[in-house]
Amino acid sequence: MSDTHAQTVAFVRDTQLPPSPPPASEVGLVGWLRANLFNGVWGTLLTLVSLYAIYAILAGVLPWIFNGVWTTKSLAECREVLDGVRGGCFSVLTERINQLLYGFKYPAAEYWRPNLALLLLFAAILPVLMYTLPRKLLIITALYPFVAYWLIWGGTIATPILVLVGFVIGYLVFQRLSTSSFAAGFFGAIIAAVVIWTAGGWLIPDGANANAWLRPVPSRDLGGFMLNMMLGVTCVSLSVPLGIVLALGRQSDMPIIKWICVVFIEFVRGVPLITLLFVASVMLAYFFPPDSNVDLFLRVVIMITMFSAAYIAEVIRGGLAALPRGQYEAADSLGLDYPQAMRLIILPQALKISIPGIVNVAVGLFKDTTLVSVISMFDLVGMIRGPILAAQEWNGVYWELLGFAAVLFFVVCYGISQYSQWLERQLATEHR
Amino acid sequence: MTTMTDPPQESFRLSMLLNDTRYRSYTFQFIALLALVASIAYLMSNMFANLREQGLFLSWAFLGEPAGYDINQRLIEYDSQMTHWRATVVGVLNTLLVAFLACVTATVLGVIAGVLRLSNNWLVSKLMSAYVEAFRNVPVLIWIIIIFTVMTAVMPAPRAFRGDEPDATMLLNLFAFTNRGIYIPAPVLSAPLMGSAAMGWLLIVVGLVGSFFGARALGTWAAAKQEATGDRPKTWYITLAIWFVPLIVLLTIMGLTWNIPELKGFNFAGGLNIRGSLIALWFALAIYTGAFIAENVRAGIQAISKGQTEAAASLGLRSGRIMNLVVLPQALRVIIPPLISQYLNITKNSSLAIAVGYMDITGTLGGITLNQTGRAIECVLLLMLFYLTISLLISAVMNVYNNSVKLKER
Repeated sequence: MSDTHAQTVAFVRDTQLPPSPPPASEVGLVGWLRANLFNGVWGTLLTLVSLYAIYAILAGVLPWIFNGVWTTKSLAECREVLDGVRGGCFSVLTERINQLLYGFKYPAAEYWRPNLALLLLFAAILPVLMYTLPRKLLIITALYPFVAYWLIWGGTIATPILVLVGFVIGYLVFQRLSTSSFAAGFFGAIIAAVVIWTAGGWLIPDGANANAWLRPVPSRDLGGFMLNMMLGVTCVSLSVPLGIVLALGRQSDMPIIKWICVVFIEFVRGVPLITLLFVASVMLAYFFPPDSNVDLFLRVVIMITMFSAAYIAEVIRGGLAALPRGQYEAADSLGLDYPQAMRLIILPQALKISIPGIVNVAVGLFKDTTLVSVISMFDLVGMIRGPILAAQEWNGVYWELLGFAAVLFFVVCYGISQYSQWLERQLATEHR
Repeated sequence: MTTMTDPPQESFRLSMLLNDTRYRSYTFQFIALLALVASIAYLMSNMFANLREQGLFLSWAFLGEPAGYDINQRLIEYDSQMTHWRATVVGVLNTLLVAFLACVTATVLGVIAGVLRLSNNWLVSKLMSAYVEAFRNVPVLIWIIIIFTVMTAVMPAPRAFRGDEPDATMLLNLFAFTNRGIYIPAPVLSAPLMGSAAMGWLLIVVGLVGSFFGARALGTWAAAKQEATGDRPKTWYITLAIWFVPLIVLLTIMGLTWNIPELKGFNFAGGLNIRGSLIALWFALAIYTGAFIAENVRAGIQAISKGQTEAAASLGLRSGRIMNLVVLPQALRVIIPPLISQYLNITKNSSLAIAVGYMDITGTLGGITLNQTGRAIECVLLLMLFYLTISLLISAVMNVYNNSVKLKER
């Protein structure tokens, strides 16, 4: 019966048929459309609603942009040119661009200084952002704050140099003493730096600012988008180290230090930034010695830095908590002491985990710098709401100005968040 | 054979304070405490010296003095002869009002946008990511000002509604959109129980709370019945009745009428006026925070493994039930904690009211009262205390809820 099979089955195919192409409705443009735009009644309905929404937005915005007027001197003139046609009066931007970017009091002849500072900023943050660049370039980053301070505020170059010398000597003392004990190096460095600054303060003559190379510009003359950038960059860079200290303090075994940090963090996170800015503008002056006149810019920087440091501390605490317990134990088993374990093993990993959170705080902080307009500092929003809209020739140009501000912030914030996503992908060392 | 002897007792040396881990932490804590006390003492002494110089000292008496300014948007009775304290309370209620409205709206917007962002529909998901990116990356202050501008500069003035052929008309003859705010019909109780309208509204709220618990009890009963017999009784019409019958009965007894806004002279009279500043703050906070909530919702749904959906589908559940019974209950555990911080953010960001002149507590206590009395320290401290209390309350309440939905591990 072994040949039954051959007789009941007339033909057995021994080669495979070539695969036939999928139906035309499943591939190419048609397939994509069916899968992504018109799957089912609801899908189609949603697509049509979205298409209408996009049409409505574009129909309103595109003519407004393309019919825009860029060269008139006032709103009335601009309306005359437009003659009832729908179009934007972008001439307010071309005419007031300097005020929007630098505020209305920064001397026009000195605009090259903040511009140069901005250019140098890119050179300074590049070694931080692109960690593949040679580490030696970080020296530029370290020098940048002093150069930028000198460029923007002007005055005698002796002040930033003195501060820099204080830091350098403090660092040298730290290097010397920290071989025996971290704590001795730390406190020794602080004492050395303070001694240098106090001693140097007597050396700088009183009239040094008046005949300096760069004309001094008082902080109250700063304004526009430049002010937002300065507040953002300064406060973020100051609040990261402060946040690390607070986070470590909150994780510490020492109850007093832990509770100081907890109370500070919870207090700052519980109140809105506006109340802290009120503290800076009306209350902080009471806490400084009588007759001392602390600059409003400095007071605002102090408060915003405290604010964002509390948030960054929480982000870093999350990163510290996410590290496996074994990492701490491994550090202990190597015989590392606390500062070494933190610097070499724990913090690098914890910070890597916290990057997205830190960037979120940084973006939020940069957006929040617009709040200084509430305490009558003329940042970008303050300039728009104050001097520009109040001016007779531009009273009524809302969309162009607010749209400009929105676009400017969007570009910067979106850029930062895209960078952080790139960095996350670069730093992803775990195996997936 | 070795003999064990105790190592010689080391006597205490001063350097052990810095080098011995047993004592070092005490040294550090002592230094920290000393630094803290010293800096607080320094700041306080500066403060008292400064106050003395100005002939001032800390006093809360200004809260009892007449405020002398008007507040146009208010939930309780207030006029300019009342005290600063009363003005503060009006401000507090205004803060809570705008925070509540914005939280509800932001949640709705955020959940819709978050779910739609995961939609299969390419166009819809792209549109939603555009919404999220656009609103997350622009300061909320700019959104508040933009909406406020729409409300005050673009809407028609009340006089545009006058004449035989007016430039603007009321929507359905009920709603008027003007540059002084939106006028909507106001509910009026013509015969409230126990005389006062406030008591009448309180009674309605009590009734609604009762309906809520009634509806929940019905749900529990239906679930028990389903456990016992396998059939779930149809309850939706009973639920509807539980919600609406008591409400309608109460309102009919108390004689609900609507006060419809009417154009009288140069302005609208009657109805409820929602000021442009309130609307600007409400919607700006809602759409701004909605974008953040959308991201939280998306992350929460994506955190639930695909296998859960597939397992539910293999049990024969339909997609709606998969979402309700399997995915969302698990996703809520991921969504709730960041949602709490978003609610806190809304409450704190409502202090931006001062930029558009909405009289919340920052506008009354931190704005006009502070400027009129010059009591900077007292006002700012009170303001901080208020926000701190609210923050702690919200996080406490939400943590209770969070604990009730979190994974119970055994």
